[in-house]
Amino acid sequence: MENIKVIVGLGSCGIAAGANKVFEKIKALKEADNLKFELKKTSCIGMCYREPLVEIVDDNGSYLYGDINEKKAAELIEKHILENEPIKSYVVQTDLFETPDKDFIEDQVKITLRNCGYIDPEKIEEYEVRGGYRAIRKIAGQRISRLDVIQTVINSGLRGRGGGGFPTGLKWKFANNNKADEKYIICNADEGDPGAFMDRSVLEGDPHAVLEGMIIGAYAIEATGGVIYCRAEYPLAIKRLNIAIEQARENGYLGKNILGIDGFNFDIYIKEGAGAFVCGEETALIASVEGERGMPRKRPPFPAESGLWQKPTNINNVETLANIPWILLHGSEEYAKYGTEKSKGTKVFALAGKIKRSGLVEVPMGMSIRDVIFKLGGGIQNDKKFKAVQMGGPSGGCIPAYLADTIIDYDSVNATGAIMGSGGMVVMDETTCMIDVAKFFLDFTQKESCGKCTFCRTGTKRMLEILTRITEGKGEESDIEKLEELSYQIKDSSLCGLGQTAPNPVLTTIKYFREEYEAHIRDKKCPAKVCKQLLTYEVDPEKCTGCTVCAKNCPTDAIDGAKKEVHFIRQDDCIKCGTCYTKCKFDAIKIY
Amino acid sequence: MRIARISGEKITKEQEQVDVNLLDSLIEKYKDKKGNLIPLLQGTQDIFGYIPREAFEKISSEAGIELSDMYGVVTFYAQFRLNPVGKHIIKVCHGTACHVQNANAITDALKELLKINDGETTEDGMFTLESVACLGCCSLAPVMMIDNDTHGKLTGGQAVKIIKNIKIKESN
Ligand SMILES: Cc1cc2nc3c(=O)[nH]c(=O)nc-3n(C[C@H](O)[C@H](O)[C@H](O)COP(=O)(O)O)c2cc1C
Ligand code: SF4
Ligand code: SF4
Ligand code: SF4
Ligand code: FES
Ligand code: FES
Repeated sequence: MENIKVIVGLGSCGIAAGANKVFEKIKALKEADNLKFELKKTSCIGMCYREPLVEIVDDNGSYLYGDINEKKAAELIEKHILENEPIKSYVVQTDLFETPDKDFIEDQVKITLRNCGYIDPEKIEEYEVRGGYRAIRKIAGQRISRLDVIQTVINSGLRGRGGGGFPTGLKWKFANNNKADEKYIICNADEGDPGAFMDRSVLEGDPHAVLEGMIIGAYAIEATGGVIYCRAEYPLAIKRLNIAIEQARENGYLGKNILGIDGFNFDIYIKEGAGAFVCGEETALIASVEGERGMPRKRPPFPAESGLWQKPTNINNVETLANIPWILLHGSEEYAKYGTEKSKGTKVFALAGKIKRSGLVEVPMGMSIRDVIFKLGGGIQNDKKFKAVQMGGPSGGCIPAYLADTIIDYDSVNATGAIMGSGGMVVMDETTCMIDVAKFFLDFTQKESCGKCTFCRTGTKRMLEILTRITEGKGEESDIEKLEELSYQIKDSSLCGLGQTAPNPVLTTIKYFREEYEAHIRDKKCPAKVCKQLLTYEVDPEKCTGCTVCAKNCPTDAIDGAKKEVHFIRQDDCIKCGTCYTKCKFDAIKIY
Repeated sequence: MRIARISGEKITKEQEQVDVNLLDSLIEKYKDKKGNLIPLLQGTQDIFGYIPREAFEKISSEAGIELSDMYGVVTFYAQFRLNPVGKHIIKVCHGTACHVQNANAITDALKELLKINDGETTEDGMFTLESVACLGCCSLAPVMMIDNDTHGKLTGGQAVKIIKNIKIKESN
C-alpha cells in the first residue's frame, strides 16, 4: 500500500464543491486504521464540472475519480485501496480504459497547465521534480545571453495572453533597449474579465511557474524589481504565491547574484488589487501600484520607457509568464509547432455558462469553436440549442452559433467582432437574451469606467439607458441606430482600452442578433423569455387547482379567483414581477 | 461612473467607539514606504471592516498623507467601505457566467429574506449583502461567498437556507 498515492484537488472551486471535507474524511480514515498510502494535495485539475476530484495512483496506473463526496471517499478507501478494486463507475479519467469524459482530455495539449493538478503547489520540490527552475538553471549554467533569451521568445511566436496579443519577445526587446538604474517587471494577475478563471487556476495550481517566468523575464530585460498585481478576490492564489516566493528566496532563485549570475539581483512582492477592472490596463495598474487612483494615462511614453516610478517597466499576463520556462527549456520550435501561422502555441480557455463540462482546457491555437464547445465541452446543458458564445468579456463580443466553425486564433476571432481576450468562453443557449447580455456588459463597463473621458463616462451610461428601456418594452424605432452611433463615438474618443472596446458587446449582438433587438423594440417581446417586463403571465385553467397562493403573494392584487376555483390575472394590474410564477406549485402560471 | 458606487458615511447616533491605537503597528510598517496608501487602507479595513473617520485622521497626520488624497483613493476602489459592515459579508457573484445562470434570483431572494438592498447591512448588524464580479469559480455558477466560504450551483432557495443556518448557529 506504501506506493499508492491519493491526491485531492484543492483549488478554489474544488473547495467550494466540498473538497476539503473529502480530504479530511480520507485523512481521518487513513489515521484511524493507520493505513500506509500517501495522501497529497493538488490544485485545479481542470475538470471543474466533476469536482470534488480525487486521483488514486497505484501500481497499475492512475484513476481520476469525480463527483466524490465523503461517502464515496470512504467507498474508495474500502474498495480501491483495501480490496484493490477500482470503482470503475466513478472514474472520469484514466489511461487504462475508456471513460465518458475522454473527449474532454484527448485533444488537450498542456503547456501552461503542465503542472496544474499534478503537483502540490505549496511544495517547491514537486515543481522542481517536474522540470521546474530548470530553465533558469540552464540559462545560468550555459551563460545564455539576455539577447538570446529574448530571441528564443521572439522565435516561439508567443503573444501576450492578457488580451492584447502583443508579441512577448518584442515587448522584452523594447524593455531591454531602455537602459536605466532600476527596471521593473510586473505580472498582471488582475484577471478582470468576469467569467474567466484561467489565471486563478495557474496561480493556485502552479505559482512557481509564474515566478520562474518572471525571473527569466527579469534576467532578459535586466529588471531589478518584480511585482505581482493580484486581485483581492483570489485569497487562495495570494496565499500560495506568498508561500512560493518565500520558498524561491530560500532556494536562491530570488535574491542577490541569483544562481551565480553576477549582478543579477531580483526580488518579487505581491500587490493586492482593490477592486477596479480598469486597473488591468497597464498604465492604470502602475498608478495603482504607486498607491494612486487607478486612472489610465496617455501613451507614449509607454511603460517600456517610463512605467513604475518612471522607470522602464514590462508588464505580462500570468499565462504568458507561465509559458516562458517551458519555451526556454524545450526551445522555440517545439512551442511554435502548435498553433496557426500568426498565433503560435496553446491557449487556456475557461469554459462556463450553459455548457455541460465547464472547466479549464488548454488546446492548440486553431481549434474550432465547435470542437471546443461540443467535443471538449460536451455540448449544451439539458441539450438545449446553442445560441452564442461570449469571448473576450466586456471588451469582446458574442459569436453566434452559425459561426461555430470559426477557428480560434487572434485574427479569426477578431474578424467576428469579438476578441480572443484572456480566454473566457461563456456559452449561451436559447434561454439567454442577447439584449440582456449586452445590457449586463454595459452596466459593468459603465460602473468600471474611471471617468476620465467624457464619452466613456457618459456615453456608456446613455447606452445603458437605451438598452434598459429596450428590455422594458419602451424601445423606440431609432434606438438601434442611436446605439451604433454612440458606439462609434465612444470607440473614437476614449483614451484606454476599456472605453475603446466597451461597445463591442452591443455591436456584436446588433450585428448577429438584430431580429432579437427588433422583437423587443417593435413587438415588445423577449424571445428568450428573460426580460420580465415583456412577458405576459397567464393562468392555465387546466392546471390551476385554486390554491390561492398566487393571489396571496401578488404584490398588486392582480389575481382574482375564489378558493378551489381557477384563478385569473388582470393584465392591466400585473406588474410582471414573476412572483406568481415562482410561487405556484402546480406549474399553472404560463409565460408568453 | 464610479461615483455611482460611493455610499457616503452615514452618521448614526451611537457611532461605535473606534480604537485607533490598533493602527499603530500598521502605520509604523508603511509610514515611509512609497506607494503605501492602498496597503495602509487595506490594513485599516482588515482591522475595522471599514475605514472609520478617526482612522483617516490618524493616518493622515502620522503618515503625512493628505485627507483628500485618501478620500479620492477610497472612493475609487470598490473594495473600500466608509460604513461598518455586518458580522457576515455575503458576496453574490454577478459575473458573466453567474449572470447567465440567473444570479439575480439569488440576490432577489436574499434581499427579501434580509429586508435590505444590495450594499446594505441588516439592522442587527449580522449581514451585509454585496455583489461582486466573478469569484473565479465560474464552473459552479451561480456562486456566492460568505466570509471565506464559497457556495456554488445555487438556487435562490438554497441561498436562503444557507443564511438561515448561519442565523440558527448565531442564536445558539
Ligand atoms: C480595461 C482593461 C483591462 C485589462 N485587464 C487585464 C487583466 O485583467 N489581466 C491581464 O493580464 N491583462 C489585462 N489587460 C491587458 C493589459 O493591459 C496588458 O495588455 C497585459 O497585461 C499585457 O500582458 P501580455 O502582453 O502578457 O498579455 C487589460 C486591458 C484593459 C484595457
Ligand atoms: S476610456 Fe474610460 S476607463 Fe479608459 S481612461 Fe477613458 S474614462 Fe477611463
Ligand atoms: S398558485 Fe397556481 S394553482 Fe394556486 S391558484 Fe395560483 S395559479 Fe392556481
Ligand atoms: S407577475 Fe407579479 S404582478 Fe403579475 S400577476 Fe404575477 S404576482 Fe401579480
Ligand atoms: S478542477 Fe477545480 S478549480 Fe478547476
Ligand atoms: S462569473 Fe461568477 S464566479 Fe465567475
